[in-house]
Amino acid sequence: MTRPAAPLLSVRDLRLEFATFDGVYQAIDGISFDIAPGESIGIVGETGCGKSVTAKSIMGLLPSPPARVRAGEILFDGEDLLTVGENRLREIRGNDIAMIFQDPMTYLNPVFSVGTQLVDVIMAHQRGKPKSERMTKQEARDHAVDMLRKVNLPNPERQLESYPYQLSGGMRQRVLIAMALSGRPKLLIADEPTTALDVTIQAQILDLIDELRADFGLSVLMITHDLGVVASVCDRVVVMYAGQVVENASVERLFDHPAHPYTRGLLASVPHPGRPAASLSGIPGSLPNLLDPPSGCRFLGRCSLAGDDCLTRPVPVALADRHEAACWRAMEAASAGT
Amino acid sequence: MLRFTLKRAVLMVFMLLGLLAITFTISHIAPSDPAALAAGPDANVEMIERYRVEYGLDRPVYEQFAIYLGRLLTGNWGKSIHTTRQVWDDLVEYFPNTVELVVFSIMIAIVLGVPLGVIAAVYQNRPIDHVIRILTVTGVAMPMFWLGLMAQLYFALHLGWFPLGGRIDMMTDPPGDITHLLMIDSLLRGEFGTFLEALHHIVLPAVALCFPALASIIRVNRAEMLETLKQDYIVNARAQGLTTFRIVAIYALKNAMLPTMAMIGLRFGWMLGGTVLVETVFDWPGIGLYAVQAAISSDFEPIMGATIVLGFFFMMTNLLIDIIYGILDPRVRDQV
Amino acid sequence: MVEETTRDLPATVPPTAPSFAERHAGTIRALRLYARTFARNSSAMLGLGIVMIFLVTAAIGPWIVPFPEDAAGSIRLDKKLQPPDDIHWFGTDEVGNDVFTRVVLGTRVTLQIACIVTGVAMLIGVPLGMIAGVVGGRVQEAIMRITDVFLSVPGLILAIAIVGALGPGIVNAMLALSLVWWPGYVRLVQAKTLSLKNEIYVQAARSMGASNLRIVFVHILPNCTSPIIVKASMDMGMAILGAASLGFLGLGAQPPFPEWGAMISIARTYLPDWWWYSFFPGVAISITVLGFNLLGDGLRDILDPKHRE
Repeated sequence: MTRPAAPLLSVRDLRLEFATFDGVYQAIDGISFDIAPGESIGIVGETGCGKSVTAKSIMGLLPSPPARVRAGEILFDGEDLLTVGENRLREIRGNDIAMIFQDPMTYLNPVFSVGTQLVDVIMAHQRGKPKSERMTKQEARDHAVDMLRKVNLPNPERQLESYPYQLSGGMRQRVLIAMALSGRPKLLIADEPTTALDVTIQAQILDLIDELRADFGLSVLMITHDLGVVASVCDRVVVMYAGQVVENASVERLFDHPAHPYTRGLLASVPHPGRPAASLSGIPGSLPNLLDPPSGCRFLGRCSLAGDDCLTRPVPVALADRHEAACWRAMEAASAGT
Repeated sequence: MLRFTLKRAVLMVFMLLGLLAITFTISHIAPSDPAALAAGPDANVEMIERYRVEYGLDRPVYEQFAIYLGRLLTGNWGKSIHTTRQVWDDLVEYFPNTVELVVFSIMIAIVLGVPLGVIAAVYQNRPIDHVIRILTVTGVAMPMFWLGLMAQLYFALHLGWFPLGGRIDMMTDPPGDITHLLMIDSLLRGEFGTFLEALHHIVLPAVALCFPALASIIRVNRAEMLETLKQDYIVNARAQGLTTFRIVAIYALKNAMLPTMAMIGLRFGWMLGGTVLVETVFDWPGIGLYAVQAAISSDFEPIMGATIVLGFFFMMTNLLIDIIYGILDPRVRDQV
Repeated sequence: MVEETTRDLPATVPPTAPSFAERHAGTIRALRLYARTFARNSSAMLGLGIVMIFLVTAAIGPWIVPFPEDAAGSIRLDKKLQPPDDIHWFGTDEVGNDVFTRVVLGTRVTLQIACIVTGVAMLIGVPLGMIAGVVGGRVQEAIMRITDVFLSVPGLILAIAIVGALGPGIVNAMLALSLVWWPGYVRLVQAKTLSLKNEIYVQAARSMGASNLRIVFVHILPNCTSPIIVKASMDMGMAILGAASLGFLGLGAQPPFPEWGAMISIARTYLPDWWWYSFFPGVAISITVLGFNLLGDGLRDILDPKHRE
């Protein structure tokens, strides 16, 4: 595997916290990862591990207060998104980075037709362009139809007139994808895009994202708790636990040689056709309290390999080409295989 | 949309019948004899009896109600003792003045109330929000008639900015009737001086009348905007790169306007009640002043006439608001 | 919780007689939470303060006013229409009565009107709403349609029509206001009853054969009290405005009765030179209504968390 030249997006040592009524909640504690052009990366972890917060902080969508960035940078094409300011961020949103969300039911405005919302977004993308390249309203409408066709929505012309409540969940997610890609972004952030959908629809939407990724030359950042999703659409995986990155590897490497005990637990809890259901194991215990996180390894309380050295925070260890894990036992675990 | 409108309209016919049943009942619970009232204060026993038979007051109640409806439908709304004219003619003369005042006033309330509600929501808990909150809290607490009097005292008598009351200067000839609405008629006839004069006269009463409604509209719109701005579709609109102005003023506001519309409808009823007070304070020749003068002298038919007209007007505006609601919200429209 | 405390009592005390505080531990805890939430809300506390002052004034008014004989309208023409000074704080009226005295005495009248109007409206509206909600079917249909019709006529207009039929006067004005006020309670209670009827515990009680009457008194009425209290508190202010409006129009209390609206009705003919005569009663109305509104808002915040902003 060759190392891509320059990353499209590079998150460097990001630290982010929320000021809450009960104290400071340390949602993200020093995470780093890169996305190369055209690459598809999955961020995996349990609910509350900080994966959605990471996605929203890239887009600058976290309300501040209560959110507060303490340190780090988010470099996109060399620009630090944390310092560019709201006006530049607005230009970047949709034009360079786009996002789709978990529950398609609530992310479309109920009182505007699909067409109005799509055309509005397309027109918003014309602002940064020179006058001669701007689309007219009619061109924007044609572009909207094009986009709906690209996401395989039947009858795109007619769907422009329909309202969100008239569409099924899968159709709404297609509309949202069309909306997100209408500005031809370089990076698509997908925040659990299939969680709220039926299983059959889930597969269709994942196939669609994969197909569009090739079409548009997109990089994809897929946020999910489902390793199955990662296996089907991602090149690389970032595993997060309690606001930290615990493992970062290519999909093949991660499935074949998981190094972090948490990753191994996650893999073990995925049902597998070849394995009897009885051996399905969850990970006992729950996330540490992030209002007052432990100073050592955050997985300590739930880890079967824990020892005294785990009371100091583990540093990421490079195990192979572009495979890192933040665990004092990573070497032994990786060489043992699964 | 047509079916939706028709359904509301049919419902309104039944509401109107209900309203007439109420006025009919009130005229029958009145301690005084309706026949004696109708015959007038100087009538003798035979004249009263003749009226009793003529108005069908000796028949069963449901027949009387039918007669009552027939009477209203043929324009026979009785006679006013204190104006000595037919009630219907009085209503035709006075009602347009009330319509002008109330419509002008609700316009002020909406045009000011909606943006102020939005501003209060966007700048939640900042100084401007607190100022607006004090305005709304005191707005609903002050009695409208007293507010009107104080406005008269300060703006008309002390500062002399506005006339003390009335619809138009006594020396001014009103423009010929087209719509019976003075401001519109004067514009249609090109008499701009008269129009400005009418506008000058309407400002103080309209502002006094709009205050409670304005306060309610601000309050509801603020609460709804706060709720709407938290919704997922607003997050999505931001993620798509829409401008803050577009998100607040169009994407959020249209959703927040639905409950606000309902509040506007309710408060319009307050205004129709309040117009009675404001017309009394500002000597505005409308249906409210007419009804009060009749009520003080227990002049029965004009009060009932005014009640029916104002009730009907309220129902019509609610029908209109239902239709606007249907236009704004596709879900409501398709439900029917 | 209660049972545990009972068990831990020393043997000398019979276990069947826990103290008042113990028997109602849960209620007391809830009340203490309410009190703390309320106390943190400064505008609600302001409202409570105004209402308390209003109630105390209404209670002891006749004993603290400087000129008690001015209540019924004594005549001292030598002192008529004097501006506010240190003897007559709010000035005097056209027959030399002390305006301050009459404004203070007006609190009692106002309180009576507000209580009677709200009370009668509740007595009509709450049972009707409950019957509509519990019985359902045609009865509900009939009650709700009548309610809708009443709500479709502007309240003050209907009140004027009723007073017009019955004749002006304070009793008729109160009656008229009560008659236009009840529909709001029907709507409120019916909606609440309907939603409660579908709660699992009510359905469970029904399936065990509880009668309608028992369901109403044990399950539904207690759960309706919070919204009714909130609405009643708001309505006190509105009823005060309504009664003052009728008084102002000459259809309610008749002078020289010390009612604020009726006072302004006379006083307006003495504007602008004798402004204090209409100014102070109006201020009294505004502050009182403001107090009840703020109190109602505060109560809603603690009793009805869904409406919290």
